[in-house]
Amino acid sequence: MSTKQIPQKNSKTTLKEPSPKTRRDFLILASGAAGAVGAGSFLYPFVSSMNPAADVAAAAEVDVDIKSLQLGQAITVMWRGKPVFIRRRTPEEIQSVQENDTSKLIDPELDKDRIQKPEWLVVIGVCTHLGCVPSGQKPTDNRGEYGGWFCPCHGSAYDVSGRVRQGPAPKNLPVPPYTFLDDTTLRIGKEAPVNV
Amino acid sequence: MSKNEQDLQPSQIAAAKEKGLKNWVEHRLPIFEFMNKELIEYKTPKNLNYFWNFGSLAGITLVVMILTGIFLAMQYTPHVNHAFESVERIMREVNFGWLLRYIHMNGATMFFILVYLHMFRGLYYGSYKAPRELLWIMGVVIFFLMMATAFMGYVLPWGQMSFWGATVITNFFTAFDINFALGDSVVSLKLGTGIMEWLLGGFSVDNPTLNRFFALHYLLPFAIVGIVILHLVALHQHGSNNPLGIDKKTEKDVVPFHPYYTYKDLFGLGTFLLVWAGFVFFAPNFFGEPDNYMPADPLVTPPHIVPEWYFLPFYAILRCVPDKLSGVLLMFSAVGILIAVPWLDKSSVRSAKFRPLYKKFFWLFIFSCLALGWVGSQPPEGIAMLIGRLTTVYYFGFFLLIMPLLGMIEKPLPLPNSIDEYEQNKCR
Repeated sequence: MSTKQIPQKNSKTTLKEPSPKTRRDFLILASGAAGAVGAGSFLYPFVSSMNPAADVAAAAEVDVDIKSLQLGQAITVMWRGKPVFIRRRTPEEIQSVQENDTSKLIDPELDKDRIQKPEWLVVIGVCTHLGCVPSGQKPTDNRGEYGGWFCPCHGSAYDVSGRVRQGPAPKNLPVPPYTFLDDTTLRIGKEAPVNV
Repeated sequence: MSKNEQDLQPSQIAAAKEKGLKNWVEHRLPIFEFMNKELIEYKTPKNLNYFWNFGSLAGITLVVMILTGIFLAMQYTPHVNHAFESVERIMREVNFGWLLRYIHMNGATMFFILVYLHMFRGLYYGSYKAPRELLWIMGVVIFFLMMATAFMGYVLPWGQMSFWGATVITNFFTAFDINFALGDSVVSLKLGTGIMEWLLGGFSVDNPTLNRFFALHYLLPFAIVGIVILHLVALHQHGSNNPLGIDKKTEKDVVPFHPYYTYKDLFGLGTFLLVWAGFVFFAPNFFGEPDNYMPADPLVTPPHIVPEWYFLPFYAILRCVPDKLSGVLLMFSAVGILIAVPWLDKSSVRSAKFRPLYKKFFWLFIFSCLALGWVGSQPPEGIAMLIGRLTTVYYFGFFLLIMPLLGMIEKPLPLPNSIDEYEQNKCR
């Protein structure tokens, strides 16, 4: 046997004794931390790849030509895979919803907070109960008791401000971000510039 | 209470007294003891060199390939009209899609480099000899499944090389058509064509082929994982071979796996990942064929069809025989012969370190594999053809003649008594 025996450490005793903070502890912590950062930055692209891709995100804005829309008419456009109701309201409809501001609402909200121009109502046409598309885009559709929309699935009724007036839906139809590019073009998906 | 306690077995009382989640789990599923036994205290020869890193590296690469593959599959469309486009969409639109795809593409190359080195390691140090024959054979099965998986994966982007590679490789099977004379007429048994059409799901490579290749490309890696687990069970039965090729005898010959080999493996992993990342970030298409960025066209074959580099030696063997059936059979035999290696090698000494003759023939074998790779990349004519034939003869001669003969004529060097003794003498 060799005379230059490397002294054997008794690992069991060193484990039991409270070890002082050593250079080895520092190295283990530092390399562990570097490994954790490395693993994290390796996993990030995987998670990120499941988010909407660039082409999907680019389709997240829709420009709508609204010049042919007459008073009282409505159109449905697709935005992010969901229907958006654009309704050009008559003066009577505007008056009625503004009167309704004071009545007892399920989800209280003033009409003026839900619009940019009184004539134009833009809401996401998905019932806030369980996701059906309410009827009422055509004048011949059942628009429910409040003249807006009526959900055929479970009977929720909305007014011409898209506010829920009759359950079971708990919330008003949400207003998507939109902006008027000019008098005849509406861009959905982009916030209107802050009023100066 | 006390009455019930008396009825209990001593072990049950001990178990009930154990506290903490770890003990609760351990009592029901001995996972911690298993990990301790197989990953921490696992007795490993203390003289393993860096050639023993490639198994664990290949395992990690398999996991990375499955992970990137699953996330790529979420974005990929296996349809002839959309496949190419969906791959380009991954490259341009999907967040980090380019990264996932380049990791996956270059990962295939890295995987084969690792596995080839792993296999050459086994051949050099005689790791396939008793009692590790099954361990070796399961490795050959993994290698075969890897080749099938890589081939089908290469078809998925539906570029020109994808399409024509798939066409050529599935046409191998038409070699098994049987023609024989019966009286005056020639009878043709289209056995091989039948197999090919069954594989393709049609008369040529088309949408059904792409669909099934995608399904199988997703499935086979999990089959590989299963065999890798068996490979590991077989490995841990007798433990790793070592550069001396002698069995470990005493505690002095071994060290616990942790921290000695966990850290050695981690260092190797860091080095390996640098190489992989180097290709991914600086030369992502280094191993690729530009033709595969052209959409598949069933009417035009590219002028120079080359398989991926890791198939080149086998491709060279296929082409060096001027007969369809013999070429195909020879090519499959080049992989299949590996299964017989534990019985072809008649020498009782494992490591080439103590086999002066085998060592020379082994390096000649490495050289012939590299030469075959070069031949496979060249057009099948002239000097390349001649070299291809010579190296093919040597490839099979190495296994069928040299291995059995050396066992009889070679005089091995004296083996050390133990790993410990050898290492101590080296230190002196």
